[in-house]
Amino acid sequence: MTAPPAASVDGLATSVVLAAHGIRKSFSGVEVLHGVDFTLRRGEVHGLVGQNGAGKSTLVKIIDGAYTGDAGEIQVNGVPLGPGGPGASRKRGIAMVFQEFSLIPAMPVGQNILLSREPKGRTGLIDDRGVRRQARDALARIGADIDPDRLVEELPVGSRQLVEIAKALSQDASVLILDEPTASLAAAEIRVLTEAVRKLTADGLSVVYITHHLDEVVAICDRVTVLRDGAVTLSAPTSEVTISTIIEGMLGRSLEGTLAYQPHDVDRTGAPLLRVAGLRNRRLNDVSFDLHRGEIVGVAGLLGSGRSELMRAVFGVDGLDAGTIQIGGRQVDIRRPGDALAAGIALVPEDRGRAGLVREHSVGHNILMAAWRRFARAGFINDEAARRTAEGFVEQLNIRTTGLDQEVKGLSGGNQQKVVVAKNLSVKPSVLLLDDPTVGVDVGSRREILVQVRELAAEGNGILLVSSEFEELSGIADRVLVMKDGAVVRVLDRDAGDDLSQEAITRAVQSSEVGPAETQG
Amino acid sequence: MSGMAPPAVSAEGRHRFARRLPSGAIIYLGFVLIFVLFSITLRDSGFLTLENQLNILRQTAFVSVMAFGMTYALSAGEIDLSIGAVVALTAMVTAVLLRDANALVAVPAGLSVGIIVGLANGLLTTRLRVPSFLITLGMAGIVGGLSRWITSLQPVPVLDNTYTFTFGSGDIGPFPTLFLWTLAVLLVAHVVYRKTTFGRELLATGGNRTAARYSGINTARIRIASLVICSSTAALAGLLYVGRLHSARYTLGETDLLTVIAAAVIGGTSMAGGRGSIIGALLGSLVMGVLNNGLILMGFSVTEQDIARGVIIIVAVALSLREAPES
Repeated sequence: MTAPPAASVDGLATSVVLAAHGIRKSFSGVEVLHGVDFTLRRGEVHGLVGQNGAGKSTLVKIIDGAYTGDAGEIQVNGVPLGPGGPGASRKRGIAMVFQEFSLIPAMPVGQNILLSREPKGRTGLIDDRGVRRQARDALARIGADIDPDRLVEELPVGSRQLVEIAKALSQDASVLILDEPTASLAAAEIRVLTEAVRKLTADGLSVVYITHHLDEVVAICDRVTVLRDGAVTLSAPTSEVTISTIIEGMLGRSLEGTLAYQPHDVDRTGAPLLRVAGLRNRRLNDVSFDLHRGEIVGVAGLLGSGRSELMRAVFGVDGLDAGTIQIGGRQVDIRRPGDALAAGIALVPEDRGRAGLVREHSVGHNILMAAWRRFARAGFINDEAARRTAEGFVEQLNIRTTGLDQEVKGLSGGNQQKVVVAKNLSVKPSVLLLDDPTVGVDVGSRREILVQVRELAAEGNGILLVSSEFEELSGIADRVLVMKDGAVVRVLDRDAGDDLSQEAITRAVQSSEVGPAETQG
Repeated sequence: MSGMAPPAVSAEGRHRFARRLPSGAIIYLGFVLIFVLFSITLRDSGFLTLENQLNILRQTAFVSVMAFGMTYALSAGEIDLSIGAVVALTAMVTAVLLRDANALVAVPAGLSVGIIVGLANGLLTTRLRVPSFLITLGMAGIVGGLSRWITSLQPVPVLDNTYTFTFGSGDIGPFPTLFLWTLAVLLVAHVVYRKTTFGRELLATGGNRTAARYSGINTARIRIASLVICSSTAALAGLLYVGRLHSARYTLGETDLLTVIAAAVIGGTSMAGGRGSIIGALLGSLVMGVLNNGLILMGFSVTEQDIARGVIIIVAVALSLREAPES
């Protein structure tokens, strides 16, 4: 592979590695891409943004060869990319890193990276040392410090993403397509990843970067292309755009206002709605807090700080070694999620695919999964009432679906998450726990979810919201618990005059590094 | 769904939606096709006679009833490989008690064989966290051994005419009692599967056990119940075999396992759990029965039938699974 210098201003034609012209694609008679143009230059990071369903995935799947376009042409280094599926694209140096990881969890990192391309010794058997060495080289190329002998299932999600990139790279890619690479990463991991991407472009590699995080687009992309409803609404160097202009391109309207804090009533009289005292287990170290009626409490912390573990403990997924949970002053014994739901506590889990949905089941059945008993008499379901309720949620949350009978796996990520939220609203909880509910969710769905959260609080219920989007916490939370090593190390309270700006929360999370020295149990 | 907002789905959504046929379509089509084919080619061998059709209904009753139960187990994400052995043990226990006591003792005792084995399967599977595949395979050995042991491999004749009339040999009007049993179990199984909270929670558990647990469903209880139901239908099949054959043998049911699973899967039930159909299981069972009947009328020997049946099961299951484009 030749490594030409970075693009010169007048050498545009030669510096284009990938050009798509007039791409059209229809599914069952409905056109979802209306003649899209997309140009990728050598050595650039090109942000591709748009709401879920705008056509980003369809476009990159056509480039990747998973789909065939109905019209238009794709050229790689000036030569048309014929049909031939993903294999053909792979041969031309296009590598796609999927959101859903393609790694085999029970296999070591090294074997994963070189899967089915293992170096062989003279005997024709796999050269294990060679595998390890090549894997280490591939990881070093993106600056990832990961032991090739570790099993993928032992790695945090962020590291898995890096392994995935190393795997794609080791196939001699010149164009790397990253589909929401930071969706499930913590701040520190995002830094490592963006470092890795920069390193690669310095080597002449080009990157298509799909993301919902617009601040990342501005920070690391050279150009940005915005899609809305299957058409390009904006394509420009990032130096010429702002986050607001990108959002305008995505929505056709501005998001401003949704994330501004709205003062609201919190009932602090009497027993708190939820009182958690002295929770301890393998991952939690003496966690106590109160949640009042109408209150929205945010939980901030890095991945592994214990924020998800706190949710899981309160919801009865993980057992407790010590500590009590009270609802409205009455102690409740929560041993399994069923107990929590019976006590009025619901959870929107971190991993909606694994713990939230039955992907093969319909939208209606997913929404009602936790609530069938509410629609049954002597065990027999009143389908009419159940359907009406589910339809109500589809409308209330603006879930974009062909109907209650559509399989949930056919929905976009944001709409799938809205189904999970609807499912948890269907049990009429008085305490709603949300574990990073807007990860991998487009701006529009995110707003709709946050609006629901606010409404639920306004009705006198309590909300506990984990979020890695501090912007969200800043806009919606009355108080923020900062967690580290399984303990609450700081509480930011708006009423006590604490600063709950995005910057202040970020600072509190970062500086909790030097917070009170906790003895780890 | 009518009256919904205008369709606005993600690209993948539309794509998959379009590729999905109405579920179970192929089984109806296949059934009609085979039936018409046999009606023409086997016209002279008496395929279409009423007597032969009733015969098919009689012969498929055992597999149908067990296929309903297997649909429950598979839908919960479990499987029961011990049904053949339960048929044999139930038959032996019932026949011995019909000889030494009476039907009022024998029938409940026979059914409780199924319930007890099912409970053991369920409790061991959920408590030990061992896949039901292994637990029930081991249970098949235990239960099968018991059925051979209690009568030292000897067949036990049954002389109680009321029993044999009720459980498999009699006719009420034009209908064989075996057919009426099938119909009754079909009705109950279908309604419970489609119209009750248990049915919905069963499918949720089989579709994604973690998500079901997060939805407050007691998944262990559901899985145990599914295995008890499956095993109980095997016990009922055992009672019917005894009634039909006027005797019990330890070999009863030993070749039914594959046919039962095939009937359920051909009928649209997913081996991975979370999806299934009781009506489909009936059709699957009828397809197997009609094919069987056709093979006999065509004059194949018993060993040739075995070979042909194996081939047919593989082809039929493969065809029925082609419908699901994924995985």
